Amino acid sequence: MTSPREVAVVAFAQTDHVRATDGLSEVEMLLPVLRDVLGQTGMAAGEIDFTCSGSSDYLAGRAFSFTMALDGVGAWPPISESHVEMDGAWALYEAWVKILTGEAETALVYSFGKSSAGDLPEVLTRQLDPYYVAPLWPDSVSLAALQARALIDAGDTDERALAGIAARSRESARDNSHAQLRGSEPVDTLLRGDHLAQPLHTHDVAPVTDGAAAVVLAAGDTARRLSDNPAWIRGMDHRIEAHSLGVRDLTDSPSTRLAAERAGLFDEAAGPPDTAELHAPFTSQEVVLRKALRLGDGDHTAVNPSGGALAANPVMAAGLIRIGEAAARISAGASRRAVAHATSGPCLQQNLVAVLEATPAGAATGTAAGTAAAADGSEGDPE
Amino acid sequence: MNPAPAQEALHAPLVVEFPFTRSLGPVQSAFLTGLRERTVLGVRAGDGRVLVPPAEYDPVTAEEIRDLAEVGQTGTVTTWSWNPAPRRGQPLARPFAWVLVRLDGADSALLHALDAPGPDAVRTGMRVRIRWAAERKGEITDIACFEPHEGPEGGAEAGADGPGERAQPRAHDGQFPGEAVTGITAPARLDYVYTPGRAQTRYLNALAGHHTLGERCPECRKVYVPPRGACPTCGVATDEQVEVGPSGTVTSFCIVNIKAKNLDIEVPYVYGHIALDGAGLALHGRIAGLPYDQVRMGLRVEPVWAEGGRYPDHYRPTGEPDADYDTYKELL
Repeated sequence: MTSPREVAVVAFAQTDHVRATDGLSEVEMLLPVLRDVLGQTGMAAGEIDFTCSGSSDYLAGRAFSFTMALDGVGAWPPISESHVEMDGAWALYEAWVKILTGEAETALVYSFGKSSAGDLPEVLTRQLDPYYVAPLWPDSVSLAALQARALIDAGDTDERALAGIAARSRESARDNSHAQLRGSEPVDTLLRGDHLAQPLHTHDVAPVTDGAAAVVLAAGDTARRLSDNPAWIRGMDHRIEAHSLGVRDLTDSPSTRLAAERAGLFDEAAGPPDTAELHAPFTSQEVVLRKALRLGDGDHTAVNPSGGALAANPVMAAGLIRIGEAAARISAGASRRAVAHATSGPCLQQNLVAVLEATPAGAATGTAAGTAAAADGSEGDPE
Repeated sequence: MNPAPAQEALHAPLVVEFPFTRSLGPVQSAFLTGLRERTVLGVRAGDGRVLVPPAEYDPVTAEEIRDLAEVGQTGTVTTWSWNPAPRRGQPLARPFAWVLVRLDGADSALLHALDAPGPDAVRTGMRVRIRWAAERKGEITDIACFEPHEGPEGGAEAGADGPGERAQPRAHDGQFPGEAVTGITAPARLDYVYTPGRAQTRYLNALAGHHTLGERCPECRKVYVPPRGACPTCGVATDEQVEVGPSGTVTSFCIVNIKAKNLDIEVPYVYGHIALDGAGLALHGRIAGLPYDQVRMGLRVEPVWAEGGRYPDHYRPTGEPDADYDTYKELL
């Protein structure tokens, strides 16, 4: 849905993503991110109206890890709090709704994933249909490869184009100090490598990552007070595909398209987004998402300037990071209108789309005028 | 006390293993019973499509769907990927292709393995047939895998419309000889390398040396034992180590009269909350060394270490006078 109340991302923080943290528990990994994001707003943990997190105990095999993580937000005496066993983007959705309903003015959203403790492609088999699919233990890379093959068969892409997506993403990540994989070999070199699961090569697959992220949301004037340059959430929606892989057209993502439509992405008056942060843990999924979001192959939209999930993929946080990266680009004056996408499940099973915008040019507050100036290409605030 | 020097975090293998027992809906039951009897059933969706594997509810309308139909045991690969390094639990131990197969007569595809010599032998559109498992018990793995098959769609089994024509499914009542399958047991096992984190590593290493190490919150000054790395009240990292105990005060207790499985302790015994001297909260442990009915709030206790033990086996009375209630009432 589109937003009847002004809600904005006012702060975003993330870890430096790594293959394996050095013996940190989840809360130890998360704490610096929470300090960072709250510090950006000048708020203390206890001043937040609503806290919502996303994580999965299956990743690190640690029962009730989300309750341990609550230590990091100062949850005692009891705070208003919720958790989803999903990517933090869905936790952000819940927090957004909470603010829209007037139940909260501010919300802290965080998520974390410590995939290094287990065998991620195997762990992810446990989210599959338990009757017909999970007993076969199909790993996440193999399932993504089925989708990639379907795309190649349909003429939507080929292995060279997919390598191009990998190279572009990781080259973009050179500017992202948080990314795990920064920089890429050229496409020709990549294509000489072995297949991981034909037709996918290793470069087509997101790395296994430990990491965390956090976002602060705020409503209206509170957002303007907490941030010089809030990233307004103009709309957000999430939709799911049919349950069985075999009834889906794996080359398309109707759920993404519908979510985007409901989030207002295709509003003609607003024009196309200048930035897209897409949660595509496999190169082939970017092909599907570009089609569903009507981004085309043109250069009017910068796709994954952060490097995307191919540069760092902390499961359960990678979707929230897409929203955070899109918002950060708006707050930095580098974007006026951005789309952020998060996914969950095999082959883009479930998809969330958020549309974020800078404060409109000429808006009546001093800070908003500053925003417009920065976005128009001036140097903006010297700080 | 200064922060302890950095230690390599503890880690240990952790196996999480459980058999999920799942009941089946009527369509799933008919499908899996059918597999046991070497018959593949689909279900007709509201738009006329025959779904294999069958769902209980229509993927478009969410209506209950119950019209079963038998489809062929040969089919066509709609997409595939090559799996060069099979994992535990997957259908074949040697390299194989994952395939989505649209069985003849069906309109949706089933995920399974295809036994093929290599990726060059696999292509989208190739014809395959079911290889049944020798022993079948009403599970998806009753299909051992698929294997390459020469021959167009529309063979004798599915009712021929001529070579290359789409086979037609046949209505089926879902009834088979023998008992219907009404549930499955799906074993699941995941292997992890568990780490308790840095704070608990410091705690556990100190404990192995018979020292109890708490951590102090830099804001509220509370000392957490055992430490978890953060103060849940202030939401900040606890990084100042503080040795507490070894003695402490019983703040609360219960008498356990039920013997736990695999526990080598005679009942009744006492399990209590013990606030170690200097700790900001109580930890729990077994209290022994006196008759169970003499354990009381305020009792002063100290840890007893078993030979070579990394943690206290239990706590016993120190012989000191009982602590005054006011000294521990905030720690209840």
